[in-house]
Amino acid sequence: MEMFLQSLISGLLVGGLYAIIGIGMTLIMGVLKIINLAHGQMLMVSMYIAWVAWYYLGIDPYLSVFITVPVVFYLAKYISKYLLNPLIEKDSILPENQVLMTVGIGIVLVEFMRFIFTSDYRSVQTSYTGQAWHIGGISIAIPLFWAFLFSIAATIFLFYLLMKTDLGRQIRATAQDRLAASLMGISAEKITIFTYALGSALIAAAGSFFLPIYYLYPDVGPEFTAKAFVITILGGLGSTVGAIAGGIVLGLAETLGATYIAAGYRDAFGLIIFLLVLVFLPGGLKSLTKV
Amino acid sequence: MENKKFFSKGELIIIFTGLVLPLLFYFSPYAQGLLIFIMMWVVLGTSWNLLAGYTGQVSFGHAAYFGVGAYTAALPFLHYKISPWWGLIAGGIMAVVIGYLLGVVVFRLRGPYFALGTLASAEILRIAFGEEEWLTNGHNGILYITTWVTKIPYYYIIFAIAVASIVSVKLLMRRREGYYFLSIREDEDAAMALGINTKKYKNISMIVSSFWAGVAGAFYFIYMGFIDSETVFALHNISIITILVGIIGGVGTIWGPAVGAIIMVLLQELFRSAIFGLAPQWVSGMHAFVFGLLVIFVILYLPGGVVGDWELIKKKLHLKSNTEK
Repeated sequence: MEMFLQSLISGLLVGGLYAIIGIGMTLIMGVLKIINLAHGQMLMVSMYIAWVAWYYLGIDPYLSVFITVPVVFYLAKYISKYLLNPLIEKDSILPENQVLMTVGIGIVLVEFMRFIFTSDYRSVQTSYTGQAWHIGGISIAIPLFWAFLFSIAATIFLFYLLMKTDLGRQIRATAQDRLAASLMGISAEKITIFTYALGSALIAAAGSFFLPIYYLYPDVGPEFTAKAFVITILGGLGSTVGAIAGGIVLGLAETLGATYIAAGYRDAFGLIIFLLVLVFLPGGLKSLTKV
Repeated sequence: MENKKFFSKGELIIIFTGLVLPLLFYFSPYAQGLLIFIMMWVVLGTSWNLLAGYTGQVSFGHAAYFGVGAYTAALPFLHYKISPWWGLIAGGIMAVVIGYLLGVVVFRLRGPYFALGTLASAEILRIAFGEEEWLTNGHNGILYITTWVTKIPYYYIIFAIAVASIVSVKLLMRRREGYYFLSIREDEDAAMALGINTKKYKNISMIVSSFWAGVAGAFYFIYMGFIDSETVFALHNISIITILVGIIGGVGTIWGPAVGAIIMVLLQELFRSAIFGLAPQWVSGMHAFVFGLLVIFVILYLPGGVVGDWELIKKKLHLKSNTEK
């Protein structure tokens, strides 16, 4: 029982982290209608920035949010302005041109970081690294807990932004119907660029919170990209609430599966669920509710 | 169409060049090794191009068929000491079986969902082959002492496979099936409405495509003499590079993947060897970085790839030389 509770709580906490990866992705997917295969790479870039800030300047990873978010926001803004947006009008044989472009961007980001920082594993040592609270027989890792709180806060912020502000309405309108939105006087191009940057900034903030938890190396990016699209499809495209649900389902499936079935298959559980959802529940968890 | 010769003069020259090329580099096993890799990527790129470029089903998981082919050659050798050379046929057939089974799942999906479905299926195989140690020796991999020390015979084998794969795609695209493939790529619903059994033709495309990927995988094991699940089912090093070879050369063109393979292997090797040792050593760390930049450039400016946009390139170069005059 204790083992079950422990895996359940770890699964929930990890699921919260996954949710924050998924939210940025689902936002981009909703508006740009593409799978952003450079999403995890943005997280990786942000983690390196946070690491440099900690290693050379002694800035606490949590405070480095104020550096990583603006840097990645502008990086993503220029990427989407000069690399992704021009492709919308370009004629090409395969409609997946933008997706393939994000693959290229992903490679460039990973290889650039590998070039500068090599493939070595890096981590930060802070006062809370490896610390945990013990309640009964269950332990809660402190960095994991803070990251979980952050992901809840980010979700609330995003929900507010999308539902209550004018900008959010423009984003939702563009996601629903690009042409109709531009006929209503919304600059669809600007919204597209902004959404890509916003989605990337969200994951950049996550990067600062992930640094005390995960090892950092260039290939960490692609791993999180894989998780991001699993979450997005699980939750249903373009659904913020769905992304949270998808993240938690993935976190639970991985932790419980690793505990009770086979630890080595940890990463496979998510992918198997992903394929099952794609085939049997194409709308994702979102389609189960009316929200 | 009927009175047109199957190969044009230029194509025959290319094939003939391929035949004599290793003899020119008779004393350089290094160059022969590069040629072998180019040919292997020609096979993989051509295989991907049939499914993605011609049929419009953009697979992000060609490593699945490559890996299955490689393991089909390797597993009988590991357990029963059966020569892996049988794998050249068996690997292709096994890849077709797996491709067909995966097709049952992934062909229900379209566009980006298909891409992600294939990606996920290859990743599941990678993890499974790594974990089932009783069967695959897990991450320790499978070792095989290669048949020949010299590389020339390997080259001619993979060269023959490459030519055969290109011929098979060319044959298919000249037949009725080819036109059906194109119609599925352009508009699957319209094709279905016109009475084309899209499921059947997508499967045919998948069968031929996965066969060649499987053969390439089996050849990889025979030639390299070592595989493990992380190398042959690699998402980046196999699946993604296969796509990029197709993109750079030109999707939906017969010779595109071949050109893409040559560019990819030579460019990476050029930087890996730090421009033949002329540049400082740190340049060698940039081989994948430069390749990524090239991909971005091609997608932005040559959406049809080098072969597909050849006319455009020629025009651009021509204009430049004219204005310089």
